[in-house]
Amino acid sequence: MTQLKTGAIALAAALMMSGSAFAQARVLNYNADFDPTPLAAFQALIADFEAENPDVKVTLNNFDHEGYKTAIRNFLTADSPDLANWYAGNRMAPFVAAGQFMDVSDVWADNGLSEQLASAKASMTIDGKQWGVPYTYYQWGIYYNKDAYKAAGVEVPTTWDGFVENCAKFKAAGIDCVTTGSKALWPIAGIFDYLNLRTNGYEFHMDLTAGKVAWTDDKVKATFAEWAKILPYTTENHAAIDWQDAAALLVQGKAANYVMGNFAVATFKEGGMTNDTLGFMVFPEITAGLARAEDAPTDTIHIPAGAKNVDDAKKFLAFVARADVQTKLNAALGQLPTNKDSTVGDDPFIAAGFESLSSAYALAQFFDRDAPAEMAKMGMEGFQEFMVKPDRLDAILDRLEKSRDRIYK
Amino acid sequence: MTSYWKRNQLRLAPWLFLAPGAAMFLVYVIIPIFQSLSISLYDWDGLGIATYVGTENYVELLDDDAFYTSLKNNLLWLALYMLALPAGLFIAIFLNQTVRGIRIYKSLFFFPFVISQVVVGLMFSWFYAPNFGLFYKLIEWVTGDGIAILADENYVTYGIIVAGLWPQIAYVMILYITGLNNIAPDQVEAARLDGAKGWKMLWHVILPQLRPATFIAVVVTVIGALRSFDLVSIMTDGGPYGSSRVLSFYMYEQALSEYGFRMGYGAAIAVVLFAIMMVFISGFIWKMWRDETER
Repeated sequence: MTQLKTGAIALAAALMMSGSAFAQARVLNYNADFDPTPLAAFQALIADFEAENPDVKVTLNNFDHEGYKTAIRNFLTADSPDLANWYAGNRMAPFVAAGQFMDVSDVWADNGLSEQLASAKASMTIDGKQWGVPYTYYQWGIYYNKDAYKAAGVEVPTTWDGFVENCAKFKAAGIDCVTTGSKALWPIAGIFDYLNLRTNGYEFHMDLTAGKVAWTDDKVKATFAEWAKILPYTTENHAAIDWQDAAALLVQGKAANYVMGNFAVATFKEGGMTNDTLGFMVFPEITAGLARAEDAPTDTIHIPAGAKNVDDAKKFLAFVARADVQTKLNAALGQLPTNKDSTVGDDPFIAAGFESLSSAYALAQFFDRDAPAEMAKMGMEGFQEFMVKPDRLDAILDRLEKSRDRIYK
Repeated sequence: MTSYWKRNQLRLAPWLFLAPGAAMFLVYVIIPIFQSLSISLYDWDGLGIATYVGTENYVELLDDDAFYTSLKNNLLWLALYMLALPAGLFIAIFLNQTVRGIRIYKSLFFFPFVISQVVVGLMFSWFYAPNFGLFYKLIEWVTGDGIAILADENYVTYGIIVAGLWPQIAYVMILYITGLNNIAPDQVEAARLDGAKGWKMLWHVILPQLRPATFIAVVVTVIGALRSFDLVSIMTDGGPYGSSRVLSFYMYEQALSEYGFRMGYGAAIAVVLFAIMMVFISGFIWKMWRDETER
């Protein structure tokens, strides 16, 4: 009994001590969804922030990446942190509309972010106000296996026709020209984005994802006609595999090209590829003379409306937006800084991405961030069905058109 | 006050003992049922303001191909899941013998029911996986051309049901094994003296005595089939392009998944699923009530 008592006293004392340790610093609760590499990069960033602001203690609550997407809806309404990760574009619209994110236009105005983060401003703006701060983005494009190109004896194409011609030669060599894993649906949305951006241009693509043009439009059908050209050369059974499984096919040289985001480079290199065997190309031109637009999904940090420590949260946003901070962060992330005054390292894929995005006519977020969630889901399912059963295209487009009427009304 | 308690003690006591359970049942089952019914009449994203739309969600449901796919798959699950009964009975009878180490065999057969459905799903996904899965290789070896079960809209639901049957058969088996332990040996003896054996013995002597076990087995199998969710979620996420969805998964997708948050529409699907379950549940309750009153 006495032992139990002393134990209880010791516990109470320990609790009080830790309580007093917290009392000295103001706490900033930060909910995030980092994978291991970004997590390490952000822990370094937080350490820097705490060094500059010794009176603030940032508590990072890291969630599983997929689980976070549903968890955020619960914690925003139930137990709001001071900072939360999310995405730009239409993806943040429901939270803004429901008043769950705080207007941070003053952070933008006070720190001159409108000029420094100009490329990302449009995707952070709803109703003329900014609702968060972007800290990174990355390019999409075609990653290819140079050894597979050698094995099939073909050159890296510069035009879409050249790309399609190559495919026949890859097939003859027993290599999948294009690989993808569509079990989680989103990888094929990248293919659609690029085919549509290259066939019909940025404005049409944006109108389509915003629900302003019909899915049964002839221009949409033209996009699918281009897609049909590479379907016979795409990895079979893609519907049963994840994107990492398809990455393995590229690494092993069983597939030549993969339309992917730059985050996949880490996976390719873990599989044993090097800068000598892995290549990157911008998606080739389809309709000649069309201004080139790219997919560049932007990751962002927001202040929830229920935040308790708003002042320090705004300080944190301003810190994350700073050029030198973004340079260091993105060097660790292996991605591109959104601040135009930041610099990028000499990694060839980062350099290629920087080159591709800074010379692009416009940037799209990604199909499932540009289109409302429901339309995105219907659309991606339609793309998958088209890839498996191309002859059902008309039925698929009719179905999407029916949903468009309802979703955007 | 005390005299009231003394006078009515016998009448009140059962209610007091029931109260905690009843309160839980009310809060977690009965009230949510009515909440779902009411949410199904609204258009609500779970965050903003809910707008009343009347029966619009149900009207949309009637014109939704994905809903019919899910409904069809649910019926397939119901029908094929019933295979767990004969299969479980067969294994139970097979294992109902006294040889050395039979307990080890029994526990090995029971093993799939012990492991989590998620693990079952993962194991079967690898089993079916294109290019390296055992089943894929087997089909490739036999026919020369592998079939990726989980990527083919025609096979995917059957593939998942087979995965679900594996633990379900083990469950039914254990129900029958306990049932077989309780079979009256004198009746079997008497039947044997009368010359019954084989199928006759099984059909006329053993099975009638297993009726309580069969009833429970049917109940758990029907309910197991209707609430099939984890396997679909783990193995295919409803794909390819939604062809392996079942109602419970479609409800989750519409109401709670990354691209969903149509609470009203999800609730409408839940109501339909509830109605289907209600048919079976009332049947079971009616049978139980009849059995009790007959005695």
